[in-house]
Amino acid sequence: MPSTITKRSIDMDFIEKVGTISGEAFKTCMQCGTCSTVCPMQESTEVTPRKIIHLAQWGIFSTVMSVNMAWMCASCHTCAVRCPRGIDIPKVVEAIRLLTLRKNKNFVEPFEIVKEQIEEMPQAAMVSTFRKHTA
Amino acid sequence: MKIGYYPGCTLKTKAKNLEISTIEAMKKLDVEMVELDRWNCCGAVYSLADDDLVHLLAPVRDLIRARDAGLTPLMTLCSMCYNTLARANLLMRNDEVKREAINNFMEEEENYQGEVEVVHLLNFLRDSIGWDKVKAAVENPLDGIKLAPYYGCTLTRPLDVSVDHNTYHNVFGDMMKALGGEVVDFQEAETCCGSYQVISNPDAAEKTTVRIIESALKAGADALVLSCPLCDYNLGKKQADLMASREGIQPLPVVYMSQLMALAFGVPAEMAHFELNPPLTREFLEARGLLARV
Repeated sequence: MPSTITKRSIDMDFIEKVGTISGEAFKTCMQCGTCSTVCPMQESTEVTPRKIIHLAQWGIFSTVMSVNMAWMCASCHTCAVRCPRGIDIPKVVEAIRLLTLRKNKNFVEPFEIVKEQIEEMPQAAMVSTFRKHTA
Repeated sequence: MKIGYYPGCTLKTKAKNLEISTIEAMKKLDVEMVELDRWNCCGAVYSLADDDLVHLLAPVRDLIRARDAGLTPLMTLCSMCYNTLARANLLMRNDEVKREAINNFMEEEENYQGEVEVVHLLNFLRDSIGWDKVKAAVENPLDGIKLAPYYGCTLTRPLDVSVDHNTYHNVFGDMMKALGGEVVDFQEAETCCGSYQVISNPDAAEKTTVRIIESALKAGADALVLSCPLCDYNLGKKQADLMASREGIQPLPVVYMSQLMALAFGVPAEMAHFELNPPLTREFLEARGLLARV
């Protein structure tokens, strides 16, 4: 998807927040795309990890927050162990998720999970979902 | 020999088969697992936000209790618990600023500096027991069974907490070989099973589980061997749904590594609690005569 970059489109506050929450120097990404080739969720994401980092580098807040990439990430760290720039990409993606969750907005509503699934699921599935996808 | 043991939430409920089979198998190696008293949930996932220390309190509190009880090394069976505890422990060792903040916050407890060593069953067996001793304990070798060890994410990533620091991970395969099994390497052995996305984005999780199952079958695996209750849910218990919704998916039995170890060591099959596995697992083991032998 094409993105128009102008002086006004660059959200410096967003870039700074992602940097602070993630603790990662994601501006050093050189866009090699190694992360995108190994991401197990690539079939289901609207943009690749490479693209989400690029959008974050340019501070294109609205696109970063509207695509499903951050919510599809399973924090498996396949990209992180392969990044030639040493960027912990799951940390950057977690920061993007937290920009929504910290406004007290859930991605998953716990009370909407059906009883049958709760009964059969391992506790670890629920704990990790609530940690990653609820405020 | 005694070893500290951190069970975690799922091993006391949905994954009792992982816990009990390990305890029984370890007795055959003269290892007593000493459960950490008053353990709490580790949080299941390690907090990735640089400004979020509050979610580190749960795993650090477990580690403090383990240190105070003299339970180091502290062994986990669940891959997720291993990852969360090991990462929290490394942070307490290496990050002076965060360590001080966490210790100040938990002022009732004595300061913690990462004194505990967190291990997983796999590297405990390799480093503290040795494959020769494991081999010597085998009464019913898993002869002729092609086993595909599935690492998933949290056993080997990030690299600083990997249970195997070789470029080519072999600790899981070495365990299966020690039990007499034939090891099948497959391309997706370290591909994420979708993890918690099974709740939030089940279609996305399903796509990756299909890829893993098909890859193991293509490599000739008879069964997929696991160490994580969430992988067991995604790759095992959800298989029936996969069969119902997709054409051409072949079934693949899944089994915990410790259940195979228990069978190989001659532990009575009921102690491995196969009733908690998908029915396919029991059918497969019965067909291979593994349940009849013990």
